[in-house]
Amino acid sequence: MAQSSGKTTLTGWLFTGPALMLLTFFMVYPILSSLWMSLQVGKGMNFSFGGFANMWRLTQDAVFQKALLNTLTLLVVQVPIMIALAMLLAVALNDPSLKGRALFRTAIFLPCVTSLVAYSVLFKSMFAYDGVVNRFLEALHILDQPIPWLSDTFWAKVLIILAITWRWTGYNMIFFLAALQNIEPSIYEAARIDGIPRWAQFQKITLPALIPVVLFTTVTSTIGTLQLFDEVNNITLGGPANATMTLSLYIYQLSFKFMPSFGYAATVSYVIVVLVMILSFFQFVAARDRRRP
Amino acid sequence: MVYTLLSIAAFVSVFPFLWLIVGATNISSDILSGKTTPGHALFDNIVKLTQQVDLVQLFYNSTKIAVISTILTLIVASLAGYGFEIFKSKFSERVFAGLLAMLSVPFAALMIPLFVTMAQLHLINTHTAVILPTVASIFVIFYFRQASKSFPMELRDAARVDGLREWQIFLFVYMPVMRSTYAAATIITFMASWNNYLWPLIVLQTNEMKTITLAVASLLSAYVPDYGVVMVATTLATLPTLLIFFILQRQFVQGLLGSLK
Repeated sequence: MAQSSGKTTLTGWLFTGPALMLLTFFMVYPILSSLWMSLQVGKGMNFSFGGFANMWRLTQDAVFQKALLNTLTLLVVQVPIMIALAMLLAVALNDPSLKGRALFRTAIFLPCVTSLVAYSVLFKSMFAYDGVVNRFLEALHILDQPIPWLSDTFWAKVLIILAITWRWTGYNMIFFLAALQNIEPSIYEAARIDGIPRWAQFQKITLPALIPVVLFTTVTSTIGTLQLFDEVNNITLGGPANATMTLSLYIYQLSFKFMPSFGYAATVSYVIVVLVMILSFFQFVAARDRRRP
Repeated sequence: MVYTLLSIAAFVSVFPFLWLIVGATNISSDILSGKTTPGHALFDNIVKLTQQVDLVQLFYNSTKIAVISTILTLIVASLAGYGFEIFKSKFSERVFAGLLAMLSVPFAALMIPLFVTMAQLHLINTHTAVILPTVASIFVIFYFRQASKSFPMELRDAARVDGLREWQIFLFVYMPVMRSTYAAATIITFMASWNNYLWPLIVLQTNEMKTITLAVASLLSAYVPDYGVVMVATTLATLPTLLIFFILQRQFVQGLLGSLK
């Protein structure tokens, strides 16, 4: 079919048009508008141009700095633990001779059907001071006295880390399992015949096949953690003493609690944008390096 | 060793679900003191819940928002995914790369301007405001584009020879062929909408407009939450997604993996 390429292109834009229009309105415009707002100062709907006043305020704002530090701490501790756990479980589940494989897989994957609000309910109630988790740990003689999960600044962070790990490990595991299933079983067979030990097989065959998944899950988890909101808003409300305050929660509180301060909140939100951009850049570099022979 | 590891992982994963169901039958103080055996308070909890919230209204709101936004998202995103893959040009590839770059823009950076826009359009406290910004999901567009790579070009060419117009090819050839892709996208989109919290929390302000997810959160945020009641509400809010998961587990997993291909 000879068709003028101009006409083909136009047809293409008709297909993509509705999405592009909506995205311009609900994505591109807000991104730019947010940048503009970050240069405005004032309360409620009354703005005036403030230049870099909001950025100066960031350097003076102890809550912001705490939120930034908390978010980065959660990120650095939680993401590697979860990815390693997801990989470990996937490798364990990939053994075809394993009994009850489907059952284990379904069970471990189950947490990711719960809404973030629903599992916040579960964690808040299970980790109460006299709650089931403390009782259980005491019964096993791991603890002498209950841990104040919700009222101690350190343990509240641990609780949030446990919660996120519970919710997302199975989700990430699925990606590892898919990658493992793409490896030809004959490769392992050949390695076994050549007498290559299992640990070396894992290092030379399994691990290289999983690197792209590690990259993918790390990036998506990192972006997810940078946006952490539902759990902290429902389990700890950012407390105690802002120990679990995250950037997203702080933006929400600045904008929609008390007297809204949209300009400053937009500035804080751009901190997340910049962090995501930096991380995406690292991912880009890592992906490029991998492609090099 | 492997079995021990997997058994612990499976137990930790499943226990909170049992906790949820047992919790729905207990009174609040028993839940907070870690009681793991079923109690007799289920009926009382349900009655208290129905006194505090309008369950029918909440489920109606959640379902309405999830169904409408799923249908619109599927239409808009599949058209776009198809368009980007089938009618490739140098410029359209650049636009697509731009979309992918926006995929990682955090929602927190959008919500304030979106809220101001909705206020200017007088859409605060409407379901339209909840649905509209979610319709053009870059993730789902990307998903459909990846899936469109497996759409056989011979089918399209044959349809063109038969004199079908481009929109007819999309409607009568592409859509039926890609039905498993649509099924997977439906599950992912529906669940995302059903479980959505932050944006509805911002734009929905009165009880008559709220979703079941918002209602659970507000019961939990009471000064002294009644956990028995909260557990019943949470069970009800989780049931639909749990059912979808068990019935359509394969498509669900496929939907997740679609983004990695």
